[in-house]
Amino acid sequence: MPFIKAEKLMYDYESRDDDGNVTGRVHALKGLSFEVEAGEFVAVIGHNGSGKSTLARLINALAQPTLGRLTVNGYDVTDADRIWDLRRSVGMVFQNPDNQIIAGVVEEDVAFGPENLGVPSGEIVERVEKALGTVGMSEFAKRSPNRLSGGQKQRVAIAGALAMKPECIILDEATAMLDPIGRREVMEVICSLNRDEHMTVLLITHYMEEAAMADRVIVMNDGRIVLDGTPAEVFSQTDKLTECALELPQAALLAGKLREAGVPLPEGIVSPEQLVDELVGIKNTWQ
Amino acid sequence: MAIELKNIFYSYEKTADRAARVVLDGIDLTLSREDFTAVIGPTGSGKSTLVQHLNLLLRAVSGDILYDGESIYAEDYDRKGLRSKVGLVFQYPEYQLFETDILSDVCFGPRNLGLPEEEVRERAVKALEAVGFSDDDHTRSPFDLSGGQKRRVAIAGILAMQPEFLILDEPAAGLDPQGRREMLDLVRGLHDSRGTGIVLVSHSMDDVAGYADRIVALYGGRVVMDGTPREIFSQRDKLEEIGLSVPQATQVADELRKAGMDIPKGLITVDEVAEAILGYMKSHGGSAGRNRQC
Repeated sequence: MPFIKAEKLMYDYESRDDDGNVTGRVHALKGLSFEVEAGEFVAVIGHNGSGKSTLARLINALAQPTLGRLTVNGYDVTDADRIWDLRRSVGMVFQNPDNQIIAGVVEEDVAFGPENLGVPSGEIVERVEKALGTVGMSEFAKRSPNRLSGGQKQRVAIAGALAMKPECIILDEATAMLDPIGRREVMEVICSLNRDEHMTVLLITHYMEEAAMADRVIVMNDGRIVLDGTPAEVFSQTDKLTECALELPQAALLAGKLREAGVPLPEGIVSPEQLVDELVGIKNTWQ
Repeated sequence: MAIELKNIFYSYEKTADRAARVVLDGIDLTLSREDFTAVIGPTGSGKSTLVQHLNLLLRAVSGDILYDGESIYAEDYDRKGLRSKVGLVFQYPEYQLFETDILSDVCFGPRNLGLPEEEVRERAVKALEAVGFSDDDHTRSPFDLSGGQKRRVAIAGILAMQPEFLILDEPAAGLDPQGRREMLDLVRGLHDSRGTGIVLVSHSMDDVAGYADRIVALYGGRVVMDGTPREIFSQRDKLEEIGLSVPQATQVADELRKAGMDIPKGLITVDEVAEAILGYMKSHGGSAGRNRQC
């Protein structure tokens, strides 16, 4: 059974004017069908307003589908009796690190979720230790979150989600507000969660370099899925990505220009490392 | 016309929660109105603190700042005037929109300058036009706009003060790739067409490489590098030491050079690097076309 299964999923909301009168309906999702298997690492990309975040909200039952069916870990998202089971199985991390941390001490913040689940206190301590260890923040357990960098705060937010022992973690532009070092820290944690802990990961991002680290990339545009495949498959569709107002990373643009000029490079190059490997390989064939 | 920072020190005072910390540690820097200057540096290097000094939101513990030759710390200095000459756009400025339509929001700044109402409106209309909104948009609610549009309205609010310098702290953060490019094109356009001096704080080396005339790198509250993008990005080791990187295109060029290809130093754009690689391939017998048939 797939971990996430969406069938013709639609989501509308009403737009209103200043006086609260309904002025129209916005179709944020226009019939999505896809499946995510347990243990998959899936990136979702798309420009602002493409429906990515709406999808994340539906998966965690923060909003209800207008039409269609969505099951997560076997729970139907519209089943009000199972909503807490569903939310426990899907941890969410949002964009702004400062909006997600509530306690004055790092370990208390991570303990907040399991405390609310009524987990016995001995087990909470264990869970918090393990979660902070997984994100590499153990040494900060007794510290105040206020003094952490953005990347460290996001790692604490991820630990908070992990302490609920979810099967899946959804990151909604969790690196958008971080500097390059913070982004790298968070991406390393995400990759190791998937690789070592076999956690299902749904990574919503604007950064193609991050999406390239996933097993699979889903491209959304105007409430629909327009591409779905491996990073190499998706990133070779240059025209389609441009149509969706997405821009390839510099390494991919460079590879494209060289390919056009006749350099025999494979499709789907997204990182500088891949491009350098390929070019050095070509050079070595001359010698 | 320039802003001159002379040996600026700034530190947070000690509180119950944190120790005293020096944030700016003797900054000497002259920012010219002719330049599009990018300020880069890792988190905590003092970038945001530095730019908040430029319009007196923060006051240095010691040192002096001259605007057009006059000390802004002088007792009789026109501080209000400075705030309209040096417009500061914060991070995520869209959170600061509060009026019910975008024209009223943009009018707020110039109205506070005490200008006649007619001029207030005229300036606001022009500022909105400069960031890509037409007359039909004036009555739209800021809350019906996309993130990138809201941010442009917030920038118009500053432009309507007709500043001589525009300071932007991470104006492209959180925008999608096309939004980032539009934002940077807009800022570059303001510099080129209006002669507004630009100081832009950014994390993205790719963005900075294509737009700035000058790059200032901060680390530990000090200016550690200062030069053209080409000069800065040819010092990859030094940048990496302070937790920064070079644009991806430069990275590819550097790695290929290390692998023994004859690629010149100091390349920063995709086009330059592509041209250099193709040039190398042609001159080394591995003509791309022939290679394809191998």
